[in-house]
Amino acid sequence: MDFGLNDEHRMIVESVRSFVEEELYPHEEEVEATDHARPELIEQIKQKSLEMGFYAANMPESLGGGGLDTVSLTLLERELGRASFALQYAVARPSNILQACTGDQIENYLLPTIRGEKVDCLAMTEPGAGSDVRSMKCKAEKDGDDYVINGIKHFISHADVADYVILFAATGEEETPRGPKKLITTFLVDMGTPGFEVKTGYKSVSHRGYHNSVLEFDNCRVPASQVLGEADHGFDVANEWLGATRLSVAAMCVGRAQRAFEIATEWAATRVQFGKPIGKNQGVSFKLADMAIDIEAAELLTLKAAWKLDQGTAVDQDFAMAKVAATEMLARVSDEAIQILGGMGLMADLPLERIWRDARVERIWDGTSEIQRHIISRSLLRPFES
Amino acid sequence: MKVLVPVKRVIDANIKVRVKADNSGVETANVKMAMNPFCEIAVEEAVRMKEAGTVEEVIAVTAGPSQCQESLRTALAMGADRAIMIETDEVLEPLGVAKLLKAVVDNEGPGMVIMGKQAIDGDNNQTGQMLSALLGWSQGAFTSKIEVAGDSVNIVREVDAGLQSLTLKMPAVVTVDLRLNEPRYASLPNIMKAKKKPMDTTTPADLGVDITPRVNVISVGEPPAREAGVIVPDVATLVDKLRNEAKVIS
Repeated sequence: MDFGLNDEHRMIVESVRSFVEEELYPHEEEVEATDHARPELIEQIKQKSLEMGFYAANMPESLGGGGLDTVSLTLLERELGRASFALQYAVARPSNILQACTGDQIENYLLPTIRGEKVDCLAMTEPGAGSDVRSMKCKAEKDGDDYVINGIKHFISHADVADYVILFAATGEEETPRGPKKLITTFLVDMGTPGFEVKTGYKSVSHRGYHNSVLEFDNCRVPASQVLGEADHGFDVANEWLGATRLSVAAMCVGRAQRAFEIATEWAATRVQFGKPIGKNQGVSFKLADMAIDIEAAELLTLKAAWKLDQGTAVDQDFAMAKVAATEMLARVSDEAIQILGGMGLMADLPLERIWRDARVERIWDGTSEIQRHIISRSLLRPFES
Repeated sequence: MKVLVPVKRVIDANIKVRVKADNSGVETANVKMAMNPFCEIAVEEAVRMKEAGTVEEVIAVTAGPSQCQESLRTALAMGADRAIMIETDEVLEPLGVAKLLKAVVDNEGPGMVIMGKQAIDGDNNQTGQMLSALLGWSQGAFTSKIEVAGDSVNIVREVDAGLQSLTLKMPAVVTVDLRLNEPRYASLPNIMKAKKKPMDTTTPADLGVDITPRVNVISVGEPPAREAGVIVPDVATLVDKLRNEAKVIS
């Protein structure tokens, strides 16, 4: 066993940390205050991250990406996770599912997205289909060489700034031993396609400046060449490429928790009440100890899942465990950090109240904690099923 | 022209240094280490000279235990072309390091050595000066500007009285100060490339250098804690105390 970081890992962490501190932190207050990440600001961060090679770091080198292994990528995500979500998002990591592009799709979608010329977004969730995503009502019906799409998607992150959407829609039903199941197909649909509208979404407690949208499809016609992967096998494409997105959620939570922890620790060591630093009281110092254990444990689970993915031995419950541990840890750590700072912790002058608010979405998106626990427990009990 | 850039791995500048319980030195176990900030500035300058076309090759060198390779990898990721690791677990003093560097200079034949003015751990500020003496080369310490002009190099030195401009004959040893440049952080592609760049390993014995310490460290301790100040009621009392207690004015 080797828990150490190699030189490459260490340098990636140092470089990304410097980038985050110099290019992202200075703009956090503005984004929080305005709930808006100015396009010029996003462009500036994007250009700098392209120069530094951080943009599309998740994509293979052969496609012009960073070509990082999963452990390196997880460390990069952890460091980016320290900053405001809306700002770190400008350092795009395009959806891995785009690697399923074939033919003209490579030149029209995959490569321009890696080069930073196009922005992707991904639409699965519907008002009536959250965790039960297969119950989706948005459907695409074959009509000659085209598909005609009808339906509604919501909670679609950054669709307001995207150039196209990776859309999951029902294209039929199949009989299974457990009853009929919907067949899903993945499409690449450009913004501006007739019959497709992006509408302002809901106002969320988390991630100011990073918005969700409602997508409406009304007889939206797309050619069959816009199908990503194989028709009716949309979930196979998703399963092949999207499992690791839970790892990036976990990694970002670890980075954010570390930042909150550093603020709380410094405060405990320097804030004097009743004639001594408050950290000299066990009521505070033991909180710090518990937070440190909590962060370390979540980080180990996250890095272990990443390492297993690199070894080719990762299974679904590795990602599920990392996601549950890191997202729930962030909720506890950000809450305790505020408790240690007291009133000051609630004020927008420090990033703690933002980290605390932003923590809330992490236990919900990319599969709720409950779905992750379901994945873990299902794999535990499956050997006993007849 | 080749440029040699010696670098040193030190305790990270952001870490609060603690003295070991037995007063034999400072605690380095489980402490974050990094390249000495002045060495980073030296690497940056050499890489910029290469980018400007005045230098063909940048060679980074360090001496110390094998972990010091870290700093060489960082130098390679910043843009150095290759690296030389002088591996030893012995205690290194400035004179020993200067002798090691002289041996490397003799082997490699660089036209210039650019290095930090001092390392932030020992704050000795000796190695560059000793190296130029051993080599019989021109010396320019504490530089905030370096411009190669044919067979000479124009430098600006930061000295107590202000800025001193000098022209040095090449070859030269130049040590760099804080305001020379702002070191870059390595880009992802350069980090990936760094592991493919060559790194030679050698030892003081291979270089024929005796690094036996000449100085005996008796004890390392914390600086005495500052005593709390007093608030004086008026200027007359202040002057009286400065004159009669502190004895800093007459």
